[in-house]
Amino acid sequence: MTEPKIQIRDLYLRYSDGKEALKGVSLDIQPNLITVAFGPSGGGKSSLVKVLNRLIDLSDVDEMRGEVRMGDLNILGKDTDVVELRRRIGVVFSRPIPLPLTIFENVSFGLEVAGMRDKKKLSERVEQALREAVLWDEIYDRLDDPAASISGGQQQRLCLARVLALKPEVILLDEPTSALDPVSTAKIEEFLETAKKDYTILLVPHNQQQAARMADKAAFFLQGELVEYTDGESMFINPRDKRTQEYVQGRFG
Amino acid sequence: MRRYPEPKESRFGITRQQSQKIGFSFIRLISLITVLPILGIIVYIIVKGGSHISWEFLTSMPSDGMRAGGILPAIVGTFYLMAGTALFSIPLGIAAGIYLSEYAQDSYWTRFIRVAIISLGGVPSVVYGLFGLGLFVLFCNFGISILSASLTLSIMTLPVIISTTEEALRSVPYRFRVVGVSLGGTQWQTITRVILPQALPGILTGIILGLERAVGETAPILFTGATFYLPHLPSSPLDATMALPYHIYVISTQVPGMSSGVQYGTVLVLMVFVLGMNLIASLIRSRARAKRQW
Amino acid sequence: MKRSEKIITNSVKIAGSSSILFILLIFVFLVREGLPALSEVSLKDLFSGRWYPIEDLFGLLPLISGSLVVTFTSILIALPLGIGTAIYIGEIAPKNVKEILKPTVEIMAGIPSVVLGFIGIQALSPFLREFFNLPTGLTALSGSILLAMIAIPSIVSIAEDALYAVPNSYRDASYALGATQWQTIWGVVLPAARNGLLTAVMLGIGRSLGETMAVMMVTGNAATTFSGLKSVIMPVRTMTATIASEMGEVASGSVHYHVLFFIGIILFIFSLIINISSSTVQGKSKQERGQVIS
Repeated sequence: MTEPKIQIRDLYLRYSDGKEALKGVSLDIQPNLITVAFGPSGGGKSSLVKVLNRLIDLSDVDEMRGEVRMGDLNILGKDTDVVELRRRIGVVFSRPIPLPLTIFENVSFGLEVAGMRDKKKLSERVEQALREAVLWDEIYDRLDDPAASISGGQQQRLCLARVLALKPEVILLDEPTSALDPVSTAKIEEFLETAKKDYTILLVPHNQQQAARMADKAAFFLQGELVEYTDGESMFINPRDKRTQEYVQGRFG
Repeated sequence: MRRYPEPKESRFGITRQQSQKIGFSFIRLISLITVLPILGIIVYIIVKGGSHISWEFLTSMPSDGMRAGGILPAIVGTFYLMAGTALFSIPLGIAAGIYLSEYAQDSYWTRFIRVAIISLGGVPSVVYGLFGLGLFVLFCNFGISILSASLTLSIMTLPVIISTTEEALRSVPYRFRVVGVSLGGTQWQTITRVILPQALPGILTGIILGLERAVGETAPILFTGATFYLPHLPSSPLDATMALPYHIYVISTQVPGMSSGVQYGTVLVLMVFVLGMNLIASLIRSRARAKRQW
Repeated sequence: MKRSEKIITNSVKIAGSSSILFILLIFVFLVREGLPALSEVSLKDLFSGRWYPIEDLFGLLPLISGSLVVTFTSILIALPLGIGTAIYIGEIAPKNVKEILKPTVEIMAGIPSVVLGFIGIQALSPFLREFFNLPTGLTALSGSILLAMIAIPSIVSIAEDALYAVPNSYRDASYALGATQWQTIWGVVLPAARNGLLTAVMLGIGRSLGETMAVMMVTGNAATTFSGLKSVIMPVRTMTATIASEMGEVASGSVHYHVLFFIGIILFIFSLIINISSSTVQGKSKQERGQVIS
C-alpha cells in the first residue's frame, strides 16, 4: 500500500457555540484515489474539509486538537504557512461562488496573489486550467466577461479551474454538484474520474448515488464520528457496522 | 396599495374610511409643508443669483470693499480646504472603515471605537472650531491657516467616511472573502483585490457626502483658517484663506451697503458646489447598483 | 502571518482606533483652555443672569436659556413635520412621489447652514416682523424655523429607517383583524417603531443645540433670559452663537477666552450625552456571515 497523502489522527473540533463537530477522527487519505466522505448532515464532513486547508481559521472555534499531516507538513501547526497550505490543498464549495471579477481574473487570482506577474505565463496557466476543467471550449472568447454572466454549471467548473490553476496536490470538494443540473453534474464527475491520477481527491457527495458512483474509498461520518472507513465497493454492498448498514439502506438520514 | 373589506361601523359619526382619508390628507399636507420651502429657496436663489453669475464674477478679485468685483479667492480657498480635508480624512477614514468591517473583533475596544465615532459625529461644529483653535492654531503653532482649517474639517468629516466605508464593505457578501482566502490570498490581498473594488461606489458616495458637508461649514473654520479679506490668493498651506461659506456670512452680516447681486451670486455658487456634489454622489450610487453582480 | 501582512494589520488597527484619540484630544483641549474659567470666575457669577463680557460679567444663564428656547421651539416645529414626512414616504406615498421626496430631503440636508442664515435674513425675518408686527424680525422664532429645516432631514431619515424596520407581518396581522391602513399606522407601526423615533427626536435636539451659523445670523444675539412665551418672538443669544461671534475678538488666554471654551465644554458634554444615549436606545445590528461551506 502506498504512503497516505494526508494522515489524520484523533482530530477533535468544537465550535464556540458548543457544537462538537468532530469527536476524535482518524483517517488516512490515499493519493490518486477519490475518497468519499458521506453521511447525514451535521456529521462533520464539512468541518473536516474546513480543517484540512485551515479555512477553519475563519470560524469561531473553541477547541481543536489532534494531528493532521501532509507529508512532513503539520497542517494544524501554529507556524504553518496557511497561505502556502491553501495553494497545495484547493477547495470547491457547494455553490458556485465566482468572484465579482472577469472569467480570466477568477482563474488568475490565485496565481497573482502568489506573485505571478508575467502576463504571458498567466495566460498560459489560465488556459491550461480552463482546458483541464473542460470549460475552455465554451468560454474562450469571453474571458473578459464578468464571471457571473455564465451559467451555473459553467461557474462551478470555473471555480474548479481556478483551483487547478494553482496546481494543487489535493482537491477538496464539498457537495460540488448540489446546485447543478444533471448534465453539469456529469461533467464534474467525469472530470474527477480522469483527474484522480494526478491529484488526491476528497469528495463530500451530495447524495448517496453519487457517493456509490464515485468512491474508491468511502468514509461514513455520523455525528462527528468516523463510523466506518473502507473500500467504496464494500462500503455500499457489504457494510460492516450496523449504523452504516441502516444509513446505506436508507433507514435514516 | 392594498385594499381590504370595508367594515361599516363608525366612530364620532365618521366611518373609518373617512378618518383614513382625513388622516392621509393631513400627512400629505405635512410633507408638502416640509418640502415646499426647500424647493422655494432653491428656485429663489437661482432666480436672484443667476443673473449675477458671469465668468468675470467667478474669476476676478473682489473690489470696492467686497461690494463689487468677483469672488475668485473664496472659490479657490474653498477648493484648497476641500483638497486639504480630502488629503487627511480619506486615507484615515477608509483605513478605519476597513478595520471596523474586516479586522475588528466584537471586543470592548471595538465598542469603545464605535462610541468614539458616534461622539465625533455629534460634536457641534463650533466646538470643532474651538478644538482646532486650541490644538492646531495655538498648540501646534500652525496659525490661522489652510492647514489648521483642513485638519479641523478632516476630523469633523472622519465619522461620515468611516461609517460609510464600513457599511459599504459589509454589504459585500462574506463568501467572497472565504473564496479569496481559500485560493491562497492573504486577508489584505483579498480585501484590496476583491472586496474594496466592490465597495468603492459606496465609499466614494460617503467621501463626497462628507466633503460636501465640510465645504459648506463655516463655524469650524471661523477661528482656524478663514479670513475676512485677502488681496491675493493664498500661496502656502500656512496662509489663511477666504472661503465661500465664510464669505457669505461676511457679506450678509458684516458689510453695510452690500449689493444683493453679489450676495445671491455667491450663495448660488456655493449651492452649485454642494448640490453638484450631492448629484454626483447619487449618480455613482445608482450606476453602481445597476452594475452590481451579486 | 507574514511580516508585511502584520504591518498592514497593525496600521489599519491604529487608523481604526484614531477616533478614540480624536475624541480624547477634543476633550483635553477644551478642558485645557476652558477649565481655567472656573478659577477666574466664581461658579455663582458663572451661573448668574448677565452676560456682559466688557464689564467682566460672565453669567451663562441667558445663553443657556437662549439655546434651550431656540432648540425646544425648533423641535416643536421639526418633530411633526419630520415624522409626518417619514410616515408619508415610508407608508403612504406612491413610488413616483417617493422618488421625488427622498432626494429633496437629501438636498435639504446638504444646504449649508450659512445659506439658510442668509435666506433667514433676506426673507424669513422681514416676513416675521410684518406678521407679528415686531420691532425686529431677528428673533428666537426665526432661528427655530431655520433650525427645524436643519433638523428635519436627519429626523426624516432616522424615522424612516425605524418605520422600515417594522416587520411587514405586523402590518399584515393588523389588516387581517380588519384595521384600515391609517389605523395600522397609528396603532401598530408607530408604537413598534418608537425606539427609532425616540432616537430621531434626540438626534434632532442634538443637531439644533449644536447648530451655529444660521442661528447666529437670525436670532439678534441679545443675551436675554427666558421670560415667558413672548421670549420666542424676541431676540436671543445662544451658546454656539456666543462662541462664534466673540472668539474672533478676544485675546487668547484672557478670562473671556477661557469662558468661551468653558461654554464649549458644556456643548461638548451635552452632545456626548445625547449621541451616546440615543445610540444605545437604537441598539445595534450585527453582521450576518453567510454560511459558505454547507
